[in-house]
Amino acid sequence: MADIRNYTLNFGPQHPAAHGVLRLVLEMDGEVVQRADPHIGLLHRATEKLAETRTWVQSVPYMDRLDYVSTMCNEHAYCLGVEKLLQLEVPERGKYIRTMFDEVTRILNHLLWIGCHALDVGAMTMALYTFREREDLMDAYEAVCGARLHAAYYRPGGVYRDLPDRMPQYRESTWTSAKKAKELNDNRSGSLLDFLEDFTERFPKYHAEYHTLLTDNRIWKQRLVHVGIVSPERAMQLGFTGAMLRGSGIAWDLRKKQPYAAYDKVDFDVPVGVNGDSYDRYLVRMEEMLQSNRIIKQCIAWLRANPGPVITDNHKVAPPNREAMKSNMEELIHHFKLFTEGIHVPPGEAYAAIEHPKGEFGIYFVSDGANKPYRMKIRAPGFAHLAAMDEMANGHMLADVVTIIGSQDIVFGEIDR
Amino acid sequence: MSAKLETLSQKLQDRFGDKLLSKKLALGELTVEVAAADYFSLMQSLRDEVDFSFEELIDLCGVDYSTYGDGAWQGKRFAAVVHLLSIAHNVRLRVRVFADSDEFPAVDSVTSLWTSANWFEREAFDLYGIAFIGHEDLRRILTDYGFIGHPFRKDFPISGHVEMRYDPDQGRVVYQPVTIEPRENTPRIVREDTYGDPAHG
Repeated sequence: MADIRNYTLNFGPQHPAAHGVLRLVLEMDGEVVQRADPHIGLLHRATEKLAETRTWVQSVPYMDRLDYVSTMCNEHAYCLGVEKLLQLEVPERGKYIRTMFDEVTRILNHLLWIGCHALDVGAMTMALYTFREREDLMDAYEAVCGARLHAAYYRPGGVYRDLPDRMPQYRESTWTSAKKAKELNDNRSGSLLDFLEDFTERFPKYHAEYHTLLTDNRIWKQRLVHVGIVSPERAMQLGFTGAMLRGSGIAWDLRKKQPYAAYDKVDFDVPVGVNGDSYDRYLVRMEEMLQSNRIIKQCIAWLRANPGPVITDNHKVAPPNREAMKSNMEELIHHFKLFTEGIHVPPGEAYAAIEHPKGEFGIYFVSDGANKPYRMKIRAPGFAHLAAMDEMANGHMLADVVTIIGSQDIVFGEIDR
Repeated sequence: MSAKLETLSQKLQDRFGDKLLSKKLALGELTVEVAAADYFSLMQSLRDEVDFSFEELIDLCGVDYSTYGDGAWQGKRFAAVVHLLSIAHNVRLRVRVFADSDEFPAVDSVTSLWTSANWFEREAFDLYGIAFIGHEDLRRILTDYGFIGHPFRKDFPISGHVEMRYDPDQGRVVYQPVTIEPRENTPRIVREDTYGDPAHG
């Protein structure tokens, strides 16, 4: 019989289940993982250093490039940090718009996560289903800010503009017949709020389809149940936040515990897992999507009833409107100073955290009173989760590593920064 | 929230007294500063004692204060800043510890208290060169294999020192000094306190 030796396996960075640029060095005993050593940093762009050389507003689009599947949430944490330092109050309508788009983002993120997670584990169909719904939400992104992915919609002091009254329409073309275009434009005839409301009506039905495909699926359960179990004590030790922490049975949600934006005024539940395995984390995130749907509905109702400003009228932070700028000398000076020099933020330090779809996403600012941050630190939830890879994968089979990566909801934009 | 923080602030004062070099409650956040020598024991108490019970280390990062306020900074250069979260009490605390030496900055590692500190300390070591004494696996984490220097220090240029390209003659990837010129689109300005005040001449 041949000798059986331990060997080292290089997983990624080109492996499709490595979600981009993870290089995982696995020490194997046969097919059992003895030690997992993730090598990260292949996507490191020094965002924090770059932010030190940009004005406070110029760094907002960099936030989109961190976790590129939940862009608006990243911007939200950034803006909250700047607002905290400035001690600036955001108009109520701005808060509700942020809340609504945070939840749209959460659904977008979880849809991509469940699609890719299922794809990694071997269920091809899920990705096709979830990308169908992502398309609608991407259209909502596009209608509000003009970009489908890198939004740059939130600004310190509020959001860049109010919600649009009409949705972009499909036109007849070589590849879209007149009949098809009319069909596609059916729910786009009203405003963005009408479009989103239509989506929230349809979404529970789609959500039931995902459950049908996965929840009681024998293969899915065989691959997920009792894989990557984390006890509540260990979860806290490992710095878990968000769905990873709730999957282990700790009811901790910043939206409830330390509310920001308009979360203290909307009604929703926080799902909590029992066993702390991959399957529980799957169930938690699935339920979160339905709760997000609930929050979006409440925000739509409020936004319909309450028109008003969406960004602060402090013109040392947010630009004046074009009309005022053209007719008023003072506003013209404000505009000029704001776009050449930027915001001046008082000296101090602040940490602002939000319940990002992946966990606690925080931004720590140190300001010395300049028009640029002195130091910015991004606290990415995925960084702490991936650090637990060794502990979670230890003793599991090689194929389970893929399940664990999937259930951690890893995106390298935020881990490598 | 602030009542909770004031209670915590008082408890910290009663428990640690002189060990706290400074204590500041600002913008709804509590910050304490400790000497490097007291750092580990303070962190251990913060984790284990019922009054504090900070179960989670949320973040640990390095800061280089050398150019703070455009040269107004007089104190030590490198600090490690830790953000703690107590799930039981629903409060946060920021702890700052300055490294005693500017040439070879070093502070104690807290990996034995919170497992999550492992990667955060590796990151601070990688980017700022702060050594964490007692860390079992202090390797670089974000920068390239064989990277030289600590890129987030304020004296490290934003465009770096070396760039990488494929050399067709040698048939391999080579490093060479950077060829791009650094430029600054918007200058960095620290205004005087009275700036923008209508009463200011």
